[in-house]
Amino acid sequence: MLRLITSRLISLAVTLVLVSLAIFLILEVLPGDPAAIMLGTAAREDTLAALRQELGLDQPALVRYVHWIGGLLHGDLGTSITYKMPVSTLVAERMSVTLPLSLLAILISTALALPLGVAAAARRDGPVDRAVLVFSQMGVAVPNFWIGLLFILFFSTRLGWFPAGGFPGWEAGLWPAFQALLLPAVALALPQAAVLTRVTRSATLEVIAADFVRTARAKGVKRGATLRRHVVPNALIPVTTILGLQLSFFFGGAILVENVFNLPGLGRLAYQALNQRDLVVIQDIVLIFSGLVIVVNFLVDIGYTFLDPRLRSRA
Amino acid sequence: MSKRFLAAALLLSVSAFPAFAAKSSLVVGMPIEPPGLDPTIAAPVAIREVTLANLYEGLVRIDRNGKVQPLLAKSWEISPDGLTYTFHLHEGVKFHDGTAFDSGDVKFAFDRARDPKSTNAQKQIFAPIDSIETPDPATVVIKLKETSGNFLTYLGWGDAVIVAPESAAGNAANPVGTGPFKFKSWTRGDKVELVRNPDYWQKDKVKLESVTFRFISDSQAQVAALRAGDIDAFPNLAAPELFAEFQKDPRFKAVAGNTEGETVAGMNNAKKPFDDVRVRRALMHAIDRKALIEGAYSGFGTPIGSFFSPNNPAYVDMTGVIPYDPEKAKALLKEAGYGNGLSISIKTPQMAYASRSAELMAAMFAEVGVELKIIPTEFPAKWIEEVFKNKDYDLTIVSHTEPLDIDIFARDNYYFNYKNDTFKALIADAARTTDEKARFAKYAQAQKILAEDVPALFLFQLPKLGVWNAKLQGMWENSPIPINDVTEASWTE
Repeated sequence: MLRLITSRLISLAVTLVLVSLAIFLILEVLPGDPAAIMLGTAAREDTLAALRQELGLDQPALVRYVHWIGGLLHGDLGTSITYKMPVSTLVAERMSVTLPLSLLAILISTALALPLGVAAAARRDGPVDRAVLVFSQMGVAVPNFWIGLLFILFFSTRLGWFPAGGFPGWEAGLWPAFQALLLPAVALALPQAAVLTRVTRSATLEVIAADFVRTARAKGVKRGATLRRHVVPNALIPVTTILGLQLSFFFGGAILVENVFNLPGLGRLAYQALNQRDLVVIQDIVLIFSGLVIVVNFLVDIGYTFLDPRLRSRA
Repeated sequence: MSKRFLAAALLLSVSAFPAFAAKSSLVVGMPIEPPGLDPTIAAPVAIREVTLANLYEGLVRIDRNGKVQPLLAKSWEISPDGLTYTFHLHEGVKFHDGTAFDSGDVKFAFDRARDPKSTNAQKQIFAPIDSIETPDPATVVIKLKETSGNFLTYLGWGDAVIVAPESAAGNAANPVGTGPFKFKSWTRGDKVELVRNPDYWQKDKVKLESVTFRFISDSQAQVAALRAGDIDAFPNLAAPELFAEFQKDPRFKAVAGNTEGETVAGMNNAKKPFDDVRVRRALMHAIDRKALIEGAYSGFGTPIGSFFSPNNPAYVDMTGVIPYDPEKAKALLKEAGYGNGLSISIKTPQMAYASRSAELMAAMFAEVGVELKIIPTEFPAKWIEEVFKNKDYDLTIVSHTEPLDIDIFARDNYYFNYKNDTFKALIADAARTTDEKARFAKYAQAQKILAEDVPALFLFQLPKLGVWNAKLQGMWENSPIPINDVTEASWTE
């Protein structure tokens, strides 16, 4: 077991190094010189040269790559070119918005999708089922930034219930911060909820048709109890897998939704950094996201081997 | 229990809405977040829009009419030969960190800006300086190598604000100036908060207790934030099509003022067919500026015929030099050998005014037999690389927002690839001329050369579409320099 984990850890490290190299190389060939962007149409040869030197852009690519990786190994994410402050501070600030936003969205999405999906499956082809299908069809089709715009128009501009965007910061108190996150979280959650509803519905239908459910019903267990005790727990397995896969969509969607609602989150930072060619920030953010995905995969792998003894002997 | 709950709720609601007191805070919206808060080390206009006049002050200031006024220097003398400027400084002025302001700070600030390693975006301001002397703490003597007619005006720009040796290095993240507001906090990606400076040297001048600059890039979100009352003022709304609604709404004051942003379709003068002045003139004749402004900026904006801002006192209207005349355009194209048509392309940044203008230009050019292919280009990154640096383009379109920037047509290797030695000499001459009347005459001549030679298609002056709460007063209607000066802003009730 220990050997398995060690070998997985080594391949994890190798993957991360390869990913970091790929990110660096892609950004190298992307057009756009950060110093020239900073100076814009006011750029003169002498100022440009001074700024390039100050930012360390006059160094060869290999030196910059080694410098970046060396810093990472010491836990130093480097300094943002545009903001001229440590990237670690920037990322931590932004995480305090994006993380709660994503968690809230996942919560809302699951809270909507599970009951709707199960209810639809329980009365197949009934009015509830048909309504749920229409809802999920729409949810899949409508992009979340558009939902966001509609929410702002209705709830903020028309009704004035929520701020039209922006984030007061957690220091402003729990309620104002929650208020600022709620609309974007719902906008982010709805398309995912639609997908999850469909998955829950079909997973539930599949389990309902299984032999052991028929057996339970035949033994006289009530319909509701069968659903609660036998169907839902079994249907949850594929649903959880999809939910895990959706995590990356939540981050991707966060970029759009954060822009619409003007939330100072990680997605918006990534977008801004790309526009400004703030190379260090983009490199770090992409690496953090890829790192998360790789680590989650690693944990899932390890988790499977715990659950399924057959995998252990093969390793 | 319920009574106690009610009392608590009441208490909470009172403390949550300090707005019951006379309003003394202001929230200003801006489309772009500044990348730092030191205007002396970087170019972006957004830095000046937050910091100039509010946080930092220069020896002089540019007022809302574009005139030079005393600020940290209460007065000055200029020697008859125009080479020596003696500034008399206000005494008792302190920086926000408590350190005193004196002539040494002026010398430090200007020496830092003109250092070869400096990244000051407007180094040419300091280029004429030969030496800076500080005979006493309240006097600065600046000796110039050559006369500079715009020297005083330049000293009012954000690039020439006075910073202290004790704090300059940290100004990008933690700005320390002598201005009426002090830096409080910066939530990156969201807002910068300033609070009143209790030790400000011009006592009682400023009425506001705090100013918050919030950054909202999406134009729909800007409008929503104004309507929802989340922000009090948007001095430069990026959505002209939504501006007219604010003009009708009594809750708001909506003013279409002027900026320094000349919108031009730059041409690659070194490349065929743009090396032929007849082609350049033909394209200018093909453009109906009024219709263009209507379509690209909902009718707001002023037509221009040369590269000068109608805001500037030296401005001369040149729109009549090459007027809209499609027949003339066709004749000129035929003369240049393009009677059977011409196919060119335009690299267009994603800004709304740019892409809309390009579409309208394509339609107008089609009328005279010119096919215009639109190539969308990401701004700033890709545009700076391809157009500005590599000059790989036919036509492009962008608004140049720096004040008094006619000299870009005299710069070597600037993206227009324009070479005109007469013009270059004239601009250098104008810059040296200290007599205002004579200088203006030279600028008028320079404007005429550009209008006739058309190195770029001169389209329109970007308007400043300001929207703010009707109860707010003292906001600037025009922007003779990029600034959001709120030192005179106050609430009427």
